[in-house]
Amino acid sequence: MESYFVRKLIFDEKSRSLLIQTLVIGLFALFIYLIAQQTAYNLEKRGISSGFDFLNISAGYDISIRLIPFTSEDTHLRAYFVGLLNTLMIAVCGCFLATIMGFLVGVIRLSSNWLFRNIAYVYVEFTRNVPVLLQIILYYSILLHLPKIKQAIEIFDGFFLTNRGFFTPSPIFKEGFSIVLCSFIVAIIVSIFIKRILKKKQEQTGKQYPIFYINSALIILTPILFYYIMGRPLEFDTPVLKGFNFKGGMVIRPEFLGMLFGLSIYTAAFISETVRSGIIAVSKGQREASQALGLKNNLVMRLIVIPQALRVIIPPLTSQYLNLTKNSSLGIAIGYADLVHGFGGISLNQTGRAIEIMLMVMLTYLTISLTISLFMNIYNKSVQFKGNA
Amino acid sequence: MTKIKSLFISLLLILGVSTAIAGSHGSTHDLVKERGKLMCGSNTGLAGFGAPNDAGVWEGIDVDVCRAVAAAVFGDASKVEYVPTTSKVRFTVLQSGEIDMLSRNTTWTLSRDVDLGLEFVGVNYYDGQGFMVSKDLGVSSAMELDGASVCIQVGTTTEMNLADFFKANGMSYESVPVETNSEADAAYTAGRCDVYTTDASGLYASRAGYPDPSAHVVLPEIVSKEPLGPAVRHGDSEWADIVRWSLNAMIIGEELGITSGNVDEMKSSNNPEVLRLLGVDAGYGAMLGLSDDWAYNILSQVGNYSESFEKHIGPNTPINIQRGLNALYKDGGILYAPPFR
Repeated sequence: MESYFVRKLIFDEKSRSLLIQTLVIGLFALFIYLIAQQTAYNLEKRGISSGFDFLNISAGYDISIRLIPFTSEDTHLRAYFVGLLNTLMIAVCGCFLATIMGFLVGVIRLSSNWLFRNIAYVYVEFTRNVPVLLQIILYYSILLHLPKIKQAIEIFDGFFLTNRGFFTPSPIFKEGFSIVLCSFIVAIIVSIFIKRILKKKQEQTGKQYPIFYINSALIILTPILFYYIMGRPLEFDTPVLKGFNFKGGMVIRPEFLGMLFGLSIYTAAFISETVRSGIIAVSKGQREASQALGLKNNLVMRLIVIPQALRVIIPPLTSQYLNLTKNSSLGIAIGYADLVHGFGGISLNQTGRAIEIMLMVMLTYLTISLTISLFMNIYNKSVQFKGNA
Repeated sequence: MTKIKSLFISLLLILGVSTAIAGSHGSTHDLVKERGKLMCGSNTGLAGFGAPNDAGVWEGIDVDVCRAVAAAVFGDASKVEYVPTTSKVRFTVLQSGEIDMLSRNTTWTLSRDVDLGLEFVGVNYYDGQGFMVSKDLGVSSAMELDGASVCIQVGTTTEMNLADFFKANGMSYESVPVETNSEADAAYTAGRCDVYTTDASGLYASRAGYPDPSAHVVLPEIVSKEPLGPAVRHGDSEWADIVRWSLNAMIIGEELGITSGNVDEMKSSNNPEVLRLLGVDAGYGAMLGLSDDWAYNILSQVGNYSESFEKHIGPNTPINIQRGLNALYKDGGILYAPPFR
């Protein structure tokens, strides 16, 4: 019996490959374990402390670009979250802007207008062939040469453009504003129902309804109505130049803008190529058939071409989102306080816990990237062919 | 079967190699002698302290400490390879053994000395954190900086002092973190920030490089103690001693009036400490594992502390720093080396 088992392990192809795979995984695990052990031993031998206790000591430095309150007395752990939120902020804003720009440029590259088409061509070839780091530094340098704070340009009332950022009035929500907000949300929910009902009617009767206009009016007008009913519960705090800087209002820092421009302009070039390839991939016959049915050009695009193009576009688009998110770690070059710059840079230096901090930062990026992939894969499934086709 | 075998063997090999790499280092002194040159971590470029000159030769008072150690070990001050380090990577580079010593305007603090596995061996410049502003602002004291934007190099003690100073005085500020000295200069001169803060020595060095140095003023407040000095890895006391006493030899040299110009004449001095220092009275070099003329080599090739100071950062240089705290204890400063005996 025993010898049969051994013989099976060696001569049976399935069992043998299972044995080899188990062995390789085991050895790999051992390898990782030994490296970790050796590292810990070396650190100890050189008198370098290790461990995650540092997360609870106060950070001792300030971060200007932040979404949650942070002072120098807060812990390194909180500095981590400040950095994480800044990374997510630039990633979300960057992906959003890059997608819009990418789609526009992609469509323009297929336009019949010679000038537009070639401007888009030059844009794509220039931006995607120059390293993104250089572009970020370029945009940041341009932003730094905007007027100094004392010579701020007032674009509109209360909006100031300077080399320290774009200062805008900030909203102050007074009592009753939550009701306005609720009305807005309710309007959106109602508009979804209206859309469903009218679509059904259209399918039954063939009559088209101006769904877009009805819903836009609903979503825009309802909150405005409630805004006046509640006695205008919104005020603005305008930035005023006082001493060295503007006081009050909100500010978008040049570091953020530099990153946003650099990342989105660079990634948009790749996205536009993806979009272009997606549209070209839809066979000409589809377009001609829908035109033969008498569909208008914008409807051909919206109902026939784009839905089919999306099937080609989504998978490479996902990797562009991942690239943009990972490239956001270049914020360190211009002092944008993202995860790598703040926690992975300053905290690392103050505490000297390089291995622990880098592990945390890497795992965080891994988690963010996998989450993006997950959602994009779900979305990808939803646009793929359904049924037996 | 052979496949499995070879796979197994190669895996074992990888394991073996990785453990071997991670193995221990010998004594730094032996390593340096074997290599034939000293690997010295320097600044990426801070005029007067550590920066390459027009001919590409590194110079500055921090660089002179590296040169002194090379003179002591090899009898040749030029046997140094400089590894430019940013404030962020400097400790990692030292810990990992890539450099033998770090001489790069680095502040000696408890946590660095104890927690980072380093050993600071002395102070070659007593500094303090200062603030520089443009004269146009009409600011005469750091207490008037409420609401200002402040450019600051990341990963430095400066960053924490800044936070403490503004907090203690109930003032607010916007920090503009930059990576290197030159980036800070660019951001400051572009007006991204009102104030540039770092060690006062660094401010003087930066200012000397601006198109119009007289348009900027370093405010009188010094908000921290920043004893800058060379550091080595913890746990190699023999090597730490060599670096410590190379620096001390320069300071004692000034105290005894020995310069690179008169070092040969001083060999016939009748002051016993001079004779011990210059190796005329033998035996002191051997205690350090060096030749007896090690300090003679330092003083003849690098010069004493005063010579180094005057040459690189003194009042006759564009950087224009007074001796101040960095004068010898007997001249009103706090520079003090233990006796050579």
